[in-house]
Amino acid sequence: MSAAVVARELTRRFGDFIAVDRVSFEVLEGEIFGFLGPNGAGKTTTIKMLAGLVRPSSGEGWVAGLDIMRETAAIQSRIGYMSQLFSLYGDLTVEENLAFFARLYGVSGALRKERIDWALEMAGLEDRRDRLTAELPLGFKQRLALGSAVLHEPPILFLDEPTSGVDPLSRRSFWELIYDLASKGTTVFVTTHYMEEAEHCHRLALMNRGRLIALDSPKRLRDEMKSPLFEIRTPDGLRAVEALKGLKDVLDVALFGRALHVTVEDAGHTVEFLRERLRAENVEVTGIRPIPPALEDVFVARVREAGGAIVD
Amino acid sequence: MSLVRLRAIVGKEVLHLRRDPRSLILAFLLPLLLTVLFGYAISWDVDDIETAVLDQDRSKASRELLDAFRSSGYFRLSIFLEDPSEIRGLIDRGEVRIVLVIPPDFARDLGAGRTARIQAIVDGTDANTANIAMGYARGIVQYYSLRVAFAGARFRPAIRAESRVWYNEELSSRNMIVPGLVAVIMMIIAAMLTSLTIAREWERGTMEQLAATPVTRTEVVLGKMLPYIAIGLIDVVGVSVIGVLLFGVPFRGSPLLLMALSIAFLVGALGMGMFISAVTRSQVLATQVAMVATYMPSFLLSGFMFDVKVMPRFLEWLTYLIPARYFLVVTRGIFLKGVGFEVLWGQGLFMIAFGVAGFVGAVSVFRKELT
Amino acid sequence: MTPAVRASGLTKTFGRERAVESLSFEVQPGELFGLVGPDGAGKSTLLRMLAGVLRPTSGDADVFGTSVVRDPERVKTEIAYMSQRFGLYSDLTVLENLSFYADLYEVPRVERAARLERLFQFSSLKPFSNRLAGKLSGGMKQKLGLSCALIHEPRLLLLDEPTFGVDPISRRDLWLMVHEMVARGVSAVVSTAYLDEAERFDRLILLHRGRILDSGTPEELLDRIEGEILELLATPLREARAILATHPSVLRVAVFGDRLHVSVRSIARDRSALEAALREAGVAIHEIVPIAPTLEDRFIEAVEKAEAA
Repeated sequence: MSAAVVARELTRRFGDFIAVDRVSFEVLEGEIFGFLGPNGAGKTTTIKMLAGLVRPSSGEGWVAGLDIMRETAAIQSRIGYMSQLFSLYGDLTVEENLAFFARLYGVSGALRKERIDWALEMAGLEDRRDRLTAELPLGFKQRLALGSAVLHEPPILFLDEPTSGVDPLSRRSFWELIYDLASKGTTVFVTTHYMEEAEHCHRLALMNRGRLIALDSPKRLRDEMKSPLFEIRTPDGLRAVEALKGLKDVLDVALFGRALHVTVEDAGHTVEFLRERLRAENVEVTGIRPIPPALEDVFVARVREAGGAIVD
Repeated sequence: MSLVRLRAIVGKEVLHLRRDPRSLILAFLLPLLLTVLFGYAISWDVDDIETAVLDQDRSKASRELLDAFRSSGYFRLSIFLEDPSEIRGLIDRGEVRIVLVIPPDFARDLGAGRTARIQAIVDGTDANTANIAMGYARGIVQYYSLRVAFAGARFRPAIRAESRVWYNEELSSRNMIVPGLVAVIMMIIAAMLTSLTIAREWERGTMEQLAATPVTRTEVVLGKMLPYIAIGLIDVVGVSVIGVLLFGVPFRGSPLLLMALSIAFLVGALGMGMFISAVTRSQVLATQVAMVATYMPSFLLSGFMFDVKVMPRFLEWLTYLIPARYFLVVTRGIFLKGVGFEVLWGQGLFMIAFGVAGFVGAVSVFRKELT
Repeated sequence: MTPAVRASGLTKTFGRERAVESLSFEVQPGELFGLVGPDGAGKSTLLRMLAGVLRPTSGDADVFGTSVVRDPERVKTEIAYMSQRFGLYSDLTVLENLSFYADLYEVPRVERAARLERLFQFSSLKPFSNRLAGKLSGGMKQKLGLSCALIHEPRLLLLDEPTFGVDPISRRDLWLMVHEMVARGVSAVVSTAYLDEAERFDRLILLHRGRILDSGTPEELLDRIEGEILELLATPLREARAILATHPSVLRVAVFGDRLHVSVRSIARDRSALEAALREAGVAIHEIVPIAPTLEDRFIEAVEKAEAA
């Protein structure tokens, strides 16, 4: 498998502010590659540099073998791009929007009708083709936007936060669509700030404050989390947090309602240690057990390892 | 009403203003710029009228007549024609406004006691200037003809009309304009600045947050108004100072009275702006409405450019609704006539009423609710 | 004890759109109450009505006994509302924003220093006191927004998606601040579309298209899930899904990345039947394990039921 997208030391500065800081990675053909990180991490800027919408301050990149600095026009005709903000025309009908974008991408004649019908079916909008786009619920709007991005059957798809604000059900069916496309060979490059969605990707890049802090498959990222995670059930969460914070072996304590998630240095005898500590502070504990880390825990741990807080 | 909350709103508005360069320019630089610009650019004084002469007589009499024109100061005799055919071209090209034609028999007719004729051809495209030019020309000719008629004898007309100009002796239009400018600028600035303030908060989402606090509508409107009243007063002083120092406009009345009535006027103008801002909830729309509702009428119907009394009846009625109209009477009165409260109280009343209406209107239309 | 919030038949329509339909629920004092649901479910509309900045079309809500319809201004003195869009002034500094809200709520001067100190402790914003709010990161803005809401020590917090798009660390700080307030007896109604956050609440309601699909404690909701869930890793995935979708023992199948979540009535009873069916079709099973259901599963189940009805 060859690389569909290559980024090497990509950097983008806005005055003093470094939005993207020497980011390097490769996306393989047919892969679903995720870019995960909070708002402001630089995901959108990175995707825009690859899609030829923003000029990199330095570094290099190739999309489908084409140079992002010099061949942006060629790149744009070979990729599909779905921007973060909904950018279809609310006052056009579903079909009119599709027809418009089909023309923009040079899909003509009989093929255009075929592709529009396909997109309508994919989005589940066949019987709403004459509805005004503004009237569609958000989940459908996103599917329509996805449809208009693939009318010309691009080999590479860039999706910038495609499910932002969409309900879990719709989000799941949206991801099924992405899976379908990927299984047919389309490379999908997607950014998201929903940690749980990242599980859908073959490989993930974690991004924070412009830097790439991890790159691997979701499973390996979780497996490789060096510091074990425990869940402590207690009715007295705040006191438990106070008791455990700042202890030598405890890397992180987070309160989740009536349970704490505690990240420790190593598993060893730590369950006992934790139980002891809490008993000493008279904190009632109803249960302690190790739990598999979620991607959020991985993210927090990696940020800490990378040496920085996420605040600026 | 809570003074603490009011102070909070005022303080915040001041901070916003200090940190927004556009608002500052609009508030301070623009009025001064406008004053200087208008002061220099607008002048309805008509003199130095470009004149061409076709003297077909070339006698001592014709030269004396032309001298009379020249020394009046109103006409600039710049072109001397040889041929009548050149007249049309000059006027068409706009090179001269008026052409004086003295026929070949001029001196002879005068000497023989017959009525001599001269002709003045005037470019009527600028009716104003044309009218004035013709008036001057007629006057000069009349006077000269009387002198000729009574040549030698002592010249004693039966009636002599003496005109004295009060308050604006030089009839300088600038003296008329600058006081008017104070009013017009206040109107524009006030409406524009405040038309943005409430709408901007709705658009940015901060108003929703504010609406959820115990702050009252009066506190919000008044709190936002106060800094702008201060700005407005500073502008009044600035424009007046420029008018007096730079343009020599006289200031004969009471500065205190001007300040007091300016406050009344400002409250009304600001109230109107806030009203617009609260109703439209959109900065773009607010600005446009403010332009149409305040700028245009103030400019055209307040008496600033065109005398209200000379307007057609229905327009004249309309002007009673324009607050700037009253303020103009005030400013001109204070600058040029030096009148005081005893004369201006009527205008003052109107403006206070307008102020109250503006403020109350803004408060009642401003809702602490999303629609 | 007077409930912190008692909503009865709260309804809001915008033209033909029914954003919120006849909602009735109660929030007890000192409770951390969740409004959980996707965008468009009506969470923001509901919170705005409770905050007194949006007038209900019909119905009413009492906040500590005061009606939001009849006496919204009195309600506002007891609550703090943090809207989804930023309520901060980006051209004012952190301290200036905090002082402004302190003034608005007439917080006594003598108490301000102490309250600020405490808020700074949780938010870690002290080093940024003189920074313009517009120059803060998303997470810090939310922490500032929450601090401004808390400065006057309200009895009820209304927070509209306070953690949307915020980085994980700031998210934890925010929740810590909320938990601390709740521990002191402050009631909080918090909306979120992140179902993984839903497990934090003392009690919650699931909102969908303006209606309540389910309500209760997280445990109660999870208990109500029909059946048990198996996580399946198999290839080819689409084949597996197609087979299971029509299998009589299967309640629900959902794609989760590269695996399936299969709901059956009883794993003990149905598991072997499923495995047999898959093997017969030539599907290779790599992994099949029971997993604990989450609130997301409950939500999807509830929605599917509601839509089927």
